[in-house]
Amino acid sequence: MRFPTAQAPYLAPVSSVNRIMLEVLAALIPGLAALVWQFGAGVLVQCIIALIAAELGEAAMLSLRRRPITPALKDYSAALTAVLLAVSLPPLAPWWLTAFGTLFAIVIGKHLYGGLGYNPFNPAMVGYAVLLISFPQHMTAWLPPKELSASALNFADAWNAIFSRTLPSNLTFDALTVATPLDTIKTQLGLNRLLDEIQTGGLFSGIGGRGWQWVNFGFLLGGLWMLKRGVIAWQIPVGFLAALFAVAMLFFLIDPALYPTPLFQCFSGAAMLGAFFIATDPVSASTTPRGRLIYGALIGLLVFVIRSWGGYPDGVAFAVLLLNLAAPTIDHYTRPRVYGHAK
Amino acid sequence: MNLLKLWNFHGGLHLDGHKRESSVAPLAIARIPERLIFPLQQRNGEDSQPIVAPGDRVLKGQVIARDDNPFTPPIHASSSGIVRTIEDLPLPHPSGLSGLCIVIDTDGDDVAMEFTGVADYRQCSPDELRRGIYEAGIVGLGGAAFPTSIKVAPGDHRKVDTLILNGAECEPYITCDDSLLSHYPADVLNGAKILLHILQAERCLLAVEDDMPEALAALERAKEREGFETIQLVRVPAIYPTGGEKQLISILTGREVPMRGIPADIGVVCQNVGTAAAVYNAVIRGIPLISRIVTVTGRGVKQPQNVLARIGTPLADLIHQCGGYTNEAERLVLGGPMMGFGVPTDDLPLTKSANCLLVAGRNELIGEKQSLPCIRCGACAEACPVSLLPQQLYWYSRSEQIERALDYNLFDCIECGCCDYVCPSHIPLVQHFRAAKGKAVAKRREREKADHARLRFELRQSRKEQEKRERAESARRKKETLVTGKAPEILEAIERAKLRRAEKTAPPSGNSEPIDDDKEKAISPATDAESRDISVDAGHAEKQSGDQISKAQPIPSEID
Repeated sequence: MRFPTAQAPYLAPVSSVNRIMLEVLAALIPGLAALVWQFGAGVLVQCIIALIAAELGEAAMLSLRRRPITPALKDYSAALTAVLLAVSLPPLAPWWLTAFGTLFAIVIGKHLYGGLGYNPFNPAMVGYAVLLISFPQHMTAWLPPKELSASALNFADAWNAIFSRTLPSNLTFDALTVATPLDTIKTQLGLNRLLDEIQTGGLFSGIGGRGWQWVNFGFLLGGLWMLKRGVIAWQIPVGFLAALFAVAMLFFLIDPALYPTPLFQCFSGAAMLGAFFIATDPVSASTTPRGRLIYGALIGLLVFVIRSWGGYPDGVAFAVLLLNLAAPTIDHYTRPRVYGHAK
Repeated sequence: MNLLKLWNFHGGLHLDGHKRESSVAPLAIARIPERLIFPLQQRNGEDSQPIVAPGDRVLKGQVIARDDNPFTPPIHASSSGIVRTIEDLPLPHPSGLSGLCIVIDTDGDDVAMEFTGVADYRQCSPDELRRGIYEAGIVGLGGAAFPTSIKVAPGDHRKVDTLILNGAECEPYITCDDSLLSHYPADVLNGAKILLHILQAERCLLAVEDDMPEALAALERAKEREGFETIQLVRVPAIYPTGGEKQLISILTGREVPMRGIPADIGVVCQNVGTAAAVYNAVIRGIPLISRIVTVTGRGVKQPQNVLARIGTPLADLIHQCGGYTNEAERLVLGGPMMGFGVPTDDLPLTKSANCLLVAGRNELIGEKQSLPCIRCGACAEACPVSLLPQQLYWYSRSEQIERALDYNLFDCIECGCCDYVCPSHIPLVQHFRAAKGKAVAKRREREKADHARLRFELRQSRKEQEKRERAESARRKKETLVTGKAPEILEAIERAKLRRAEKTAPPSGNSEPIDDDKEKAISPATDAESRDISVDAGHAEKQSGDQISKAQPIPSEID
């Protein structure tokens, strides 16, 4: 009898890329649900647009690069990039903006660097940064949360608003959109107002701003589930949130009139999304245990710096992209001690 | 019962044990096969020399091949019969290569040599016992087959305080040590006492995994009966690779074997439990290592079980002993599913290091994997029991940056397969690392070869230089001898002749002197050149030139 030989180990692997991606997508559900609950169905339309653009872009690039298409489409990595970008965009952003951002993320951010596993930057954040720089007015036109909104848009309304820029007869885009809490703080502080006055507005209630705190809770919930499942390592989110909290606490203690509370920092904007879903993208992040802690902490720190003194209201995308650049260096200096080597 | 504080090692895996398949059935004693095959190459070393010829009758326990090398213990016939041939046959080795094997046709009588053990091993010196262990052909039975006589000779500069007996069978499917401990606990414990005596160590820790209750109970009963106070039983968690030597040492002692060191450097010697039993058999009963317990298991074999079989038994006979193949047998692995190696045929002999013959049923084990690009998730680094960064090693191995891979401690990889198993991209990491190690070794050899060639070239150049110089020197001396060499007599004669001539003829002819002058002029440039040569030359040439100078000196002094 002849038997085939192969090299050990012979046990079937327990994990797979597409399962990881699917689990991350599943973990996005609570945050996504909070977004839909607070800001209407627009985000779902954005997800659909981004998914279609991402898969088309992925397929086109793979065929241009003469790579097999089906296995890559089945790994759900493009789908994850699409959804991560879609949940970061204003719910009523025009369809072409979403499509352009997604295609940029997949084509330039991912495939021009060699595709899955080779992109030095987080593709979703590449797409986001390009949109933020190119179309700032669209990117800052957020909707008010449910409790402040005069009229809720249903799925069909959102669809029309996104694809044909038409709204139900009693509404206009100008009347409908507002700045986010972080944006408001940035603008008002710039006008020499103090936080006490700024935060009396309706946008601010609870710990992270009306509506926004629920979105952040949603992403936190999904993130904790991923930690429990071992989908992501704890070092990056813990480093991110601990550093953001610590530095925010320091400045809040120094001058509470100019710096919001650390809890506000952690539960507003893209803090939780960034800590659990964006910064943890394994390909572009640091990969050593200690390195991940440092990498997460530096992102958290940079988020605070950009929010407080930078030109943009939120800083997750830029902070992540900057630390993507630093990840190889961090890895180099944080190699774990190998068994039997000197301590 | 664990009075001992247990430590942890980094990483590791919880694997499905698949132990019950083979451990439930009682230990079977294998029949004498018709044919026994003994490869002359044992480990990765040199071949032993056969000391029998085709047609010779051999007895069970008779040495049939040996070598002067202390790393190559002798090979014994495991049953009586006639040597049929000594020929090239496929070896049970990952390479799949062939090598010289002694083939014995057994006669079924199993006639043994007369085995004589020692009555009291404590009366023997450690060296005598090591010699006995070597002569009994004992090698590590845990899989690596390292010669035991070497391992129990740590040298005078290393003080060994702890002997560790490794009964932690961490690889799935394998239960041969479990079976050995359950059936022959006293042999193992007595073997441990002999090893303690050889090592002059104080204590022995015998580690079994917490999923081996029968073995543990048998050991405890043996301890109750006979004492064995110096031996402590320790239950260790069933985490793969707890049974790895370095990992087990870490767990039991908290010490780490230093890089490029051996366990004895930190006062520990580690032996497989099977090896200890073999030592007992060799020392007390005088029986060399001619049989071992091997686990035959997997869904591809009808009656999975442990078999006490003769070394050299063809694998096909073992399978036959276990009821033969099932319909779904599709893969044959020697060793466990994590670190074993696939073999293409059952026409191979059982070796001393073969602890398991795994006959995989349909989809029980996998072969080649379809892999995706690495996404740097770091799951491999989390699983790595030696804290390597497999994701980086993979990156550098793949892009042929061998130097960088070495910098990331490629050679600390123990090839346990943990990284492979957890990789979501299904990358055969261990294969990549083995290949990179091979390339690194090849590169080093090439560099050594290049260095060697350069050294040879330089030596040749300097030899040529020296020959040239010596030729020039001898030419100069010849010339000098022509003029001055016979100097004393000739010069004297010339002088006398001159004087005579001067006495005879008042005005001197002056013919001979200019000739002499000319000759001296012709010589002096050559000596100049010689001295320049000497001053330019460096190193070893200097000594040479010094010699030349000292040899040359007496001549001018004679001229004076």
